[in-house]
Amino acid sequence: MDAILKPRTAEEIRDVVKWAAAEERPLEVIGSGSKRLLGRPVQVAHVLELSDYSGVEFYEPAELVLTVKAGTPIKEIEKLVDDNGQELSFEPMDYGPLLGQPKAEGTIGGVIAANVSGPRRIKAGAARDHILGLEAVSGRGEIFKSGGRVVKNVTGYDLPRGLCGSWGTLAVSTLITLKVNPKPETSATLLLEGLSDEDAISALSKAMGSSAEVSGAAHLPAQEGGAAKTLFRLEGFETSIAYRAQTLTSLLADLGNVTRLNESETHATWDAIRNVDLFCGLPDPIWRISVAPTAGVRLANELRNQIGAKVFYDWSGGLVWLMCPNGKVHDQDIRAAVHKVGGGHATLVRADAAIRSSVDVFQPQPTPLAALSGRLKEQFDPNGILNPGRMTAGQ
Amino acid sequence: MSAIVMPEPDAGVLSRRMEIVKALQAIVPGDGVIHDETAMRPYETDALTAYRQMPLIVVLPETVEQVAAVLRYCFENDVKVVPRGAGTSLSGGALPLADGVLLSMMKFNRVLDIDFENRAVVVQPGVTNLGITRAVEHEGFYYAPDPSSQIACSIGGNIAENSGGVHCLKYGLTTNNVLGLEMVLMTGEVIRLGGKHLDSEGYDLLALMTGSEGLLGVVTEVTVRILQKPETARALLIGFPTSEEGGTCVADIVGAGIIPGGMEMMDKPAIHAAEDFVNAGYPRDVEALLIVELDGPEAEVEYLLERVAEIARKNNASHLRISESEEERMVFWAGRKAAFPAVGRISPDYLCMDGTIPRRELPKVLAGMRELSEKYGLRVANVFHAGDGNLHPLILYDANKPGELEACEAFGADILKLCVEVGGVLTGEHGVGIEKRDLMPEMFSEDDMKQQQRVKCAFDDKHLLNPGKVFPVLHRCAELGKMHVHKGQLPFPDIPRF
Repeated sequence: MDAILKPRTAEEIRDVVKWAAAEERPLEVIGSGSKRLLGRPVQVAHVLELSDYSGVEFYEPAELVLTVKAGTPIKEIEKLVDDNGQELSFEPMDYGPLLGQPKAEGTIGGVIAANVSGPRRIKAGAARDHILGLEAVSGRGEIFKSGGRVVKNVTGYDLPRGLCGSWGTLAVSTLITLKVNPKPETSATLLLEGLSDEDAISALSKAMGSSAEVSGAAHLPAQEGGAAKTLFRLEGFETSIAYRAQTLTSLLADLGNVTRLNESETHATWDAIRNVDLFCGLPDPIWRISVAPTAGVRLANELRNQIGAKVFYDWSGGLVWLMCPNGKVHDQDIRAAVHKVGGGHATLVRADAAIRSSVDVFQPQPTPLAALSGRLKEQFDPNGILNPGRMTAGQ
Repeated sequence: MSAIVMPEPDAGVLSRRMEIVKALQAIVPGDGVIHDETAMRPYETDALTAYRQMPLIVVLPETVEQVAAVLRYCFENDVKVVPRGAGTSLSGGALPLADGVLLSMMKFNRVLDIDFENRAVVVQPGVTNLGITRAVEHEGFYYAPDPSSQIACSIGGNIAENSGGVHCLKYGLTTNNVLGLEMVLMTGEVIRLGGKHLDSEGYDLLALMTGSEGLLGVVTEVTVRILQKPETARALLIGFPTSEEGGTCVADIVGAGIIPGGMEMMDKPAIHAAEDFVNAGYPRDVEALLIVELDGPEAEVEYLLERVAEIARKNNASHLRISESEEERMVFWAGRKAAFPAVGRISPDYLCMDGTIPRRELPKVLAGMRELSEKYGLRVANVFHAGDGNLHPLILYDANKPGELEACEAFGADILKLCVEVGGVLTGEHGVGIEKRDLMPEMFSEDDMKQQQRVKCAFDDKHLLNPGKVFPVLHRCAELGKMHVHKGQLPFPDIPRF
């Protein structure tokens, strides 16, 4: 019997998991299902869907804290905080367009489970840097709480942060407490055109190492119809931006003509980078690769030569979005290249279910680390009922 | 010693002491194994000096291979291990066990790699927090988390406690600034997490390790991110007639979209103690003193200074000064930085507490503390990280007066219970250690703590690493692993299905 179970309360969520653990019936755990095309496919008889467990529990803008139910749509949360002059500084990517799915369908639970972030990660941190507290149901069917509502908290292990990026394989989040920040008053972007990848990364590195407080650092290599674009985002008070733009322009003066994009152009530019617009609407496989910033160029060159890959860079070179030509996934070449440039990780983002079932979607781990991860999984979910195989085949 | 009970020493281990010494000497030669009583004495306590315990043996390894071999030997012979950095823990995190090896990591004191282009530094865990900044300041960089003990505390210890500091409001805690680490598990296995790249490729074990108080593994190498020093920093010294007004000012600053580099508050007893000691020019007639530091590009700081001053005036500030020079800024901070020794000057002993509360609860908690001060007959002075709600009440006592240490600890426990009551937590940055271990049930249910202990079971299922810290009850992993409900015992849950 196939069933989609849609609990409405934390107790109902607990009851589903408890039943599943007792009966050894694996569950596919989803928020609204917007990330089903990511990670490894989970094909089991029962789906635990959290979209009916939605709503704001607690929001205190003056305390910079927000507690929400895991099934709350991310776009609802983003609108709420925006209306209050605040933001989720980690600006999570919307995977919808890249995967050929509707826009903005994700839940906060999914954002946390996949540790989804955006360009501002280099300055403000990732989703995991904004979680303060978590209530969840373990794979044993027990509700537990961890963390709290304050930033300074070292009372016990940092379970809330430790569960970020666990793709629903350790616990089912119920209540998530996040740190919110004031929204910047305005923003601008400095643009340099026509730089080689090497010069661009060097410029981005210089900018990041300066006192200009850059909150977005990306490079889009040249392609048909356009020169290469190297982009530096500045956010904050208008007087501050003007001053910092001056600092940055002087710093980059010998690299070419620095032009400035206004606030609305800035929003559009960085939304496009955040959501990987460049590779949207195309059929080829995509990899999301994280390496040391200076290693990004070497990785890109290696893979352009070897497989004719197309790339662009975010996180001042440390995040390489790579598209493989000709529909082939090239996992061995990519893993070898990551290793060659000193390590990091590559995640297969866009590929059909059959491929994602047969190759490693996430970066394989060395044996002791894989074993430790396996033991952690066992401790949280001894009967292996939460999203089996979502991250690795053996899970 | 007071009522904090540590695990019963293993008589078998105690009787095999010299055999263990010999085995460890074969792994760590020369002066790396200390078993002479006098030589071990400096290790019997950390900065929670009311508690002392001589370890079984002290070992100071120099290489990862030695750390791995020592842990492996201890694992195979059921010998407990207590890791230690600089020994600056205020919660007894490095308190030895009578039957345990005290593993000092202070010989791991080298800076291994400074990478300005990637804004990352790789160091050994015994390098001090300030030592990292010193290694990169020639290029204008620094390591942002700045606990007050930064001149002495080790980065390995910072990871154990997820240390913060004055500037963590704007720049994050240790967990937000660590990119990677190498560690050794109790079994002797060496594990690498992260590196110079961002995000974990799998489970965020780096997050679990940070703040794990030496219970999950021994850190042998750390990669941290470094930032360019802000162009300038200016400070405001603001006095308020009431703590309520000071608290509202803090809320209004945050509400205006301003995140200062740091915001510190002191109450009247703390102000007076500091003034008597260093004469920084603090006003004596205010109930609350707020130091707000704004850092960043000059134009931004100028602009924000005006806005903060406006907010302060709106909140009835009775004193307001803005630093006009670097020297003056340092003077504003001098009293705050001397607060602890200043209090040490007016009392034979003091107990430094550490709890976090939602900022708006400060007046209520301060009032609660005044009542408790009367109840226990002990003075208390407050230093408060106003930006993030982290309190440091300093309870003054005299250990030589019978009953005063106990009264002091009871007072401290009541303060922490009050913190939890108003929606806060037991510890913001000092850690649970032994000091707050028995208060954990104030925050967490049995089930909550069992879930945390299951994390421990994945890392160290024999409970050999730092037992007796953080968790009041040690459940055996086999017990925690049992599932209580089995097939056929539960009906299909009655909830909507499609």
